[in-house]
Amino acid sequence: MKALRPTRMERCIGCYSCSLACARLVHNSLSWHRAGIRIRSAGGLSTGFEAQVCLACDPAPCVAACPTDAFGQRRGGGVKVKRETCIRCGACAEACPVDAVYMDLETGYPVVCIHCGRCVSFCPHACLEMVDTTNGKDTDE
Amino acid sequence: MGKIPMNSETFKVLMVDLDRQKGDLIDFGNAKEMLGGSGLGAALYAAYSQPDLPANHPDQPLIFAIGPLTAYFPLMSKVVLTFKSPYHEQFAESHAGGRLAMAMRFAGYDGVVIRGIAKTPACLIIGGRTLEIVDVHYLWGQDVLATGKWLRRIHRSHSGHRSILRIGPAGEKQVAFAGINVDTYRHFGRLGGGAIMGAKNLKGIIVIGDTNLELPRGKDYQKLYKTIYQEMTQSDVMRKYHDLGTAENMIPLNEMHAVPWRNMQATRDDAAAEISGEKFAQELLLRKTACAGCPVGCIHVGLLRENFADDHEYLYRQVSYDHEPIFAAGSMLGVTRAGNVLMLLEEMERQGIDVISAGVGLAWATEALAGGVIAEKETLVPLRFGNAEGYRQAVRHLGNRTNEFYYLLGQGTLTAAKAYGGEEFACVLGQEMAGYATGEAFFVSQAYGLRHSHLDSAGYSFDQKSPNKDLWAAVEFFLEEERRRVQLTCMVSCLFARNVYTQERLQECLSVVGREQAAVSLPAQTKRVQAERWRLKFASGHDPTQIKIPKRFSEITTWQGPIDQDFLNQLAHGYQEAVRELAQSAEFQRSVQAR
Repeated sequence: MKALRPTRMERCIGCYSCSLACARLVHNSLSWHRAGIRIRSAGGLSTGFEAQVCLACDPAPCVAACPTDAFGQRRGGGVKVKRETCIRCGACAEACPVDAVYMDLETGYPVVCIHCGRCVSFCPHACLEMVDTTNGKDTDE
Repeated sequence: MGKIPMNSETFKVLMVDLDRQKGDLIDFGNAKEMLGGSGLGAALYAAYSQPDLPANHPDQPLIFAIGPLTAYFPLMSKVVLTFKSPYHEQFAESHAGGRLAMAMRFAGYDGVVIRGIAKTPACLIIGGRTLEIVDVHYLWGQDVLATGKWLRRIHRSHSGHRSILRIGPAGEKQVAFAGINVDTYRHFGRLGGGAIMGAKNLKGIIVIGDTNLELPRGKDYQKLYKTIYQEMTQSDVMRKYHDLGTAENMIPLNEMHAVPWRNMQATRDDAAAEISGEKFAQELLLRKTACAGCPVGCIHVGLLRENFADDHEYLYRQVSYDHEPIFAAGSMLGVTRAGNVLMLLEEMERQGIDVISAGVGLAWATEALAGGVIAEKETLVPLRFGNAEGYRQAVRHLGNRTNEFYYLLGQGTLTAAKAYGGEEFACVLGQEMAGYATGEAFFVSQAYGLRHSHLDSAGYSFDQKSPNKDLWAAVEFFLEEERRRVQLTCMVSCLFARNVYTQERLQECLSVVGREQAAVSLPAQTKRVQAERWRLKFASGHDPTQIKIPKRFSEITTWQGPIDQDFLNQLAHGYQEAVRELAQSAEFQRSVQAR
């Protein structure tokens, strides 16, 4: 299994192409927020950018916190989301130590990275990569 | 989901009344006619400006407009600002990037119109679920960079998904070319939008992009987005902008004898290499950044390292640079150390002043001082070409309007020259000149162009491509180039993407986002918007016969030899008549519609 890693964020120019790609391709939305990867400045534009994205924990605290098993443990880290059983309680977002889960204000559902990698090719500076996490640790290809 | 239906016939416009501290969300206009951006900004100006009141009257509107393709496609990343300019008391249009376009899209507003005056210095905060007017009297007097820091602290939420606009002391003091800083590195720079914010007691504006929009169904949109994204990032078409950036112009223009040096007393200097794009890139370029929605990333940020005390005590600053700022704070002032150029740009940034007008104004003051037209009691500092520290102090005086001389210079170089003398060497073409001494076509295109901007119709390009001095070919070039650019600024695209976004491609984009009617009407409505902007400019008092190209512009020599005064005069006359006809055609259309 692979997981998305923002390994070279020091190259980021703040174009938001990754967020927009996730919103567009995964959530069929035009949005800054409704995306598994969200970009913010690290304290004003002069300090560079950071990515808010799932770290692919295993075991994942958000999975443990979910009262309805809508969040299930993904092999290789991260979560599998079953939207039909989600009761929109927000416990997953509260449990995430890095604020990677966004509670959509319009739908009430959590938005989190599914490590599909569709954002990677839209980063013009290769800040993002998919890394093999099968053995519980990142493996360079 | 999605506040704006994609095939919406009207625009969602947030009307903000600072007097009442209230807002109103209205449906405005006709999307297939006004298109958006420049077209929407012009229509809102026509509807809400007060022709008989001065530019700085609180009832005058400050209008921000995005377009139908904003955020839907790469490099659809700019915002159009329309207002009555305090520089010439006429209709004006200015553009800026940063995150503002995307923030407005996600806040759900095609346009924002601000009228009235806040009771105390204020920050307007708007979003999809927010409208607040917050007292920030304690920020009045703070420079642009400090204001940005404080506003980020005051409004901590939505980091990364908001845009922060602010003015500096120059805007507060209503310097006629005070700019509005957008997200630190971008600006509504020219013609005094910052002074209008100052006149409204508006220190800052925060726009929060907190809502989502639905996308068109089917694969067409996704496919077209990918195609355009790949063209922007993988072909050579955008390389110039993200490699050295526009700063790459310095050496080739200098070799052509086409760079204004020391108040355009010369057009070439051996020191050009010291302030070239190559020099900046090799020694000072820290990193690049981008407007939201632009994978090209043309914003070049330089590192300014300053030794502020003994024992190797250093501080550092980050300053963005481009060709125009390097010309204005470099060659025009005879400043030939790249670090000193950044130092001056940073000071102009802090004051919140348009760098081109500030640099050109101080270049005139330097020559005026040397020639005894003015004395040091006026300039307060001994201005000399190349003396960066003197200019740094002068920029502070200009931003703060310290004395009568700086007050008048802050109204525009020609205003000061009319008061003191020296009009013949004021490098003013409608407003202070941009960094091209390429010849007659550029001088005429800026002097008589709608925005008095090098970006209006690219006259510098005609000078370089067409050595034959064909009068009607030049006029036709100006009008066609303006039409093409107006089309882009209706969408609102970055002009750097003009070779990707052809008319056909824009029509394709409009169609796949469900705006088929706008796609069909695009060619005709672009021409209508082009003419309507001229109608508004003439209606607000523009009289091209009052604009004279100062003698200095006829005294220079370029790679093509001396300036051809006859051609210059004929071209000026021909272009004036052509735009007057455009304005009249719009006036006629308007009277027909009224009947």
